[in-house]
Amino acid sequence: MSEEKKPVKNSSCLSGTGVTKIFGMGKEKTVAVDHVDFQFREGEIVSIVGESGSGKTTLSKMLLGLISVTEGEICFQGKPRDIKGYHKKKEYWKGIQAIFQDPFSSFNVFYKIDQVLLDCIKMRGGARLPYEKKVEMMTEACRFVNLKFEELTNKYPFELSGGQMQRLMIARIFLLKPAILLADEPTSMIDACSRATILDMLLKLRDETNMTIIFITHDIGLAFYISDSIYIMEHGKFVESGTAEAVILNPKAAYTKRLINDVPKIHEEWDLSTV
Amino acid sequence: MGKTMLEVDHLKTKYITRFGENVFAVDGISLKIEEGKSLGIAGESGCGKSTLALSLMGYYFAPLHYQSGTIKVDGVDITGMKPDEIRKKILGNEIAYIPQAAMNALNPTQKIISFIEDVIRAHDPGASKKEIYDLARERFEILGLPESVLKKHAVELSGGMRQRTVIAISTILSPKVLIADEPSSALDVTSQKMVIKMLRNLMEKGFIKSMIFITHELPLLYNVTDEIMVMYAGQIVEHATAKEMVFDPLHPYSKGLMGSILVPEKGARDAKLTAIPGTPPNLKNPPKGCRFADRCRYAKPACMLHPIAESRLDDGRMYRCYLEEKELREVYQDE
Amino acid sequence: MKNQIRQIFHSPKFTVGFIIFAALLVLTVFYPLIVTNDPLEMVGQGNFFKPGTYISVSEAVNTNPYTLNLNASSSRLEQNLSMEERMAMADWLNQFAGLSSKEMDVTDAGELVSLWKDHYDSASEQKGLIAARKKYFSRLDKKITGLLEDRDVLLAEKNQETGEVSVKKTIPSTSYVNVKDVGSRRVFILGTDNFGRDVLTELVAAIKTSLKIGFIAGLIATTIGLSLGLVAGYLGGVIDDFILFITNLFTVIPSFILLILISYSIGKNARGVMMVAIIIGLTSWTWTTRSVRSQVISLRNRDHVNLSKLSGHSLFRIILTDILPYIASYVVMALILQISSGILAEAQLSMIGLGPATTTVSTLGLMMNWAMSYSAHLNGDWWAYFPVIISIALISFSLNLMNTGLDQIFNPQLRE
Repeated sequence: MSEEKKPVKNSSCLSGTGVTKIFGMGKEKTVAVDHVDFQFREGEIVSIVGESGSGKTTLSKMLLGLISVTEGEICFQGKPRDIKGYHKKKEYWKGIQAIFQDPFSSFNVFYKIDQVLLDCIKMRGGARLPYEKKVEMMTEACRFVNLKFEELTNKYPFELSGGQMQRLMIARIFLLKPAILLADEPTSMIDACSRATILDMLLKLRDETNMTIIFITHDIGLAFYISDSIYIMEHGKFVESGTAEAVILNPKAAYTKRLINDVPKIHEEWDLSTV
Repeated sequence: MGKTMLEVDHLKTKYITRFGENVFAVDGISLKIEEGKSLGIAGESGCGKSTLALSLMGYYFAPLHYQSGTIKVDGVDITGMKPDEIRKKILGNEIAYIPQAAMNALNPTQKIISFIEDVIRAHDPGASKKEIYDLARERFEILGLPESVLKKHAVELSGGMRQRTVIAISTILSPKVLIADEPSSALDVTSQKMVIKMLRNLMEKGFIKSMIFITHELPLLYNVTDEIMVMYAGQIVEHATAKEMVFDPLHPYSKGLMGSILVPEKGARDAKLTAIPGTPPNLKNPPKGCRFADRCRYAKPACMLHPIAESRLDDGRMYRCYLEEKELREVYQDE
Repeated sequence: MKNQIRQIFHSPKFTVGFIIFAALLVLTVFYPLIVTNDPLEMVGQGNFFKPGTYISVSEAVNTNPYTLNLNASSSRLEQNLSMEERMAMADWLNQFAGLSSKEMDVTDAGELVSLWKDHYDSASEQKGLIAARKKYFSRLDKKITGLLEDRDVLLAEKNQETGEVSVKKTIPSTSYVNVKDVGSRRVFILGTDNFGRDVLTELVAAIKTSLKIGFIAGLIATTIGLSLGLVAGYLGGVIDDFILFITNLFTVIPSFILLILISYSIGKNARGVMMVAIIIGLTSWTWTTRSVRSQVISLRNRDHVNLSKLSGHSLFRIILTDILPYIASYVVMALILQISSGILAEAQLSMIGLGPATTTVSTLGLMMNWAMSYSAHLNGDWWAYFPVIISIALISFSLNLMNTGLDQIFNPQLRE
């Protein structure tokens, strides 16, 4: 499947040089992300793999523009990113969107599901469309993720299961059609059986809209399955990067080797003597 | 055949909600573990696997209540015992329990050795400090934990070390059954591996006679246990050896579950992940027939009508499906 | 929303608290409609009249009498012989008539008096008694004789011209009037206070004013606390540091001392009900700020807030729709507690004489202050202060009960 999964695209979509984030000052200074360089190409699925505390969530928040960058430069679609001020940020967020880990805390429980989808239509400039047209768009988005809009309309988020909520998040992305989707552990809180559905939908989304998907995960098996290229992160730094096959099947860095070695396998022997 | 360490027969336990409804989270479960064996329990969140772990100890507190069935530990029936009796006689020296958050359960003001003293003195009030210390040091050495840990406070240890220390403390009395409920899920992969290595070590050295390991991580379960049971909506849907379960699942739900395994191995990228649509039934009001029928792609109208009984193959393998083994293999073949 | 309200009323604690509070509110609304008197009208000439029905004597005299053949003397004796006098009588009888104290029952005035009449003789020697004591007993004897007599009362009339007094009417001791026949009467269920004002009417007015003070103080404190907490928690950084600094400053200065100082310094003339409420509100917002701030800090990193940002919502909208609803239940609970503590703060201030300086309205604290400065508690005039204490206790009890009930519903950790 690697053939059809990897459309050849070369134009850089998001890149960074020396991106650093430092929290606190003086003695309490912590370097969460330490001079990382990266280049994500259009239509590519990239995984950033790291254990908890590696700085992958901080990096993802910087990429999204939710927190400031202490040092370094991020380029978006070839141009240096400028997100100073509310309006520029709003413009940037038309190009980059996210799916978060916990579907239960991703929704405002006081608003109906329709509101989430209507916001997306508004953001794409469809605020003045007639209501029928909006319903049509929402129905199409829900159909894309195998949900029925008629069953969801007028419901509150807590009436849905975790898998349904996460699919609704993808429907939101489908409506927004950003150039980049940042998925922060989108399947770690949902059941194994629903995981395949979510992953399939993300792949479909990429195939249909040529979206760049940045996958943030600690699950190296998942990263290997879904991504074209993988960045391995340890203590705020990228220790290894490359195509999925190269990084996983032929790891170079000691950390990557250890990580892969420590994950339980089913076809190969799981070597317990190494710890 | 080894001695039977734990035998559970048609155990049924329930939660009573605030509104007085009964939720049978463990609905007629039977299992048997022999000495030196380990049993894995797999299932999605909400299937009742953690409730099963609590129920197996015979230690019930609201809102969990006992309904029916028997639990025998090494031949002794513990079902009728009072909670106080269970706590004194069974927990610790017959059955040990390690929950996922065990590492956060240690009182930060006490040193590790004083927990061990508490555990040992609860069952042997006469033990001297020296005896206990020597025993603890010896046990820690065998399990690969540094002696210095004994004199430390829990907060001084890292998460993985703390979890391993808790396991060592819980098993210091060499219990007959160890029930581990997601003992390594909150840890990073390296610490997880260390925990697993230690559990294996405990088994090999005979410090625990048998083990029940509960997790939703299937590759881990495959590597840790001899047999695997798959739980769905409060019932066991399939029980087989670990190898059979992972590579040749029989029940459609097990099949789906095994099809969702992701490992960083050669060829894993070309595998097709299976997805099961829908959500598990609400246990307040479970379906009358097969509990998986409304999500099963091989379901027949008859599946919905009657409760499905457990069927057994000649080699003792159990599954709960309306279809015969042959029919199941045929439908899987057709795909 | 509807579901949540239904759930709230499923909590027995909240329901009981709500019923008590609603009953007090209904009382303050409907009582003035029934009793239209000015609550601060000084009716009584003198301090602390006992609770009871007061009827006009002159009207009673002129009302058509009914004749009832009742022995009035015994009830007169009961009513008029004090316990002290009875004890003295028993002592005398024991000492000089040789009666054992067992034979006598001081609670039965009639029996005691008949023993007295049989044995007492003012001429007897009474050894060991000083002269003054002897006179006391002879006066007591005269009083008893007077009480026992069923003489008619004569009503005289003065002739305007001659100045002569003539008998107008004789009232035999068997004459009774029906209270209902007397037109001029007044019921003081809780008696009157030091200025002769009806305590019950005054109390209802006081509850109303105190609740008003509580609401205003609570609303001011919650508004300030909520807005500062929201701004500090959500924006963070320098603004947060600054607000936290101010809040800490107000926290370390005991707010009650501050309250006393402000109340004192603005002077008596400016200290109306409104002013006191505002002062209380302005000194008690700190803990609302602190707790709202910490709640907001934990909320602002939640994914739904991040998602709202990514959806291009403005800061104002995020605070209004993604933060505020999540802490609304908490704020309502804080408001309830602020109201309760506002009422208590007013009572405390007024007790030490720094409450509203006014004679046109009453508050619960002022009523306590008046009762205390006229020594009601020393003279056993319980009706002047006890109902006030009960009212304060009921108000804060009901508010706290409502708060606990709400807490149990909104705080999942407390659910059983």
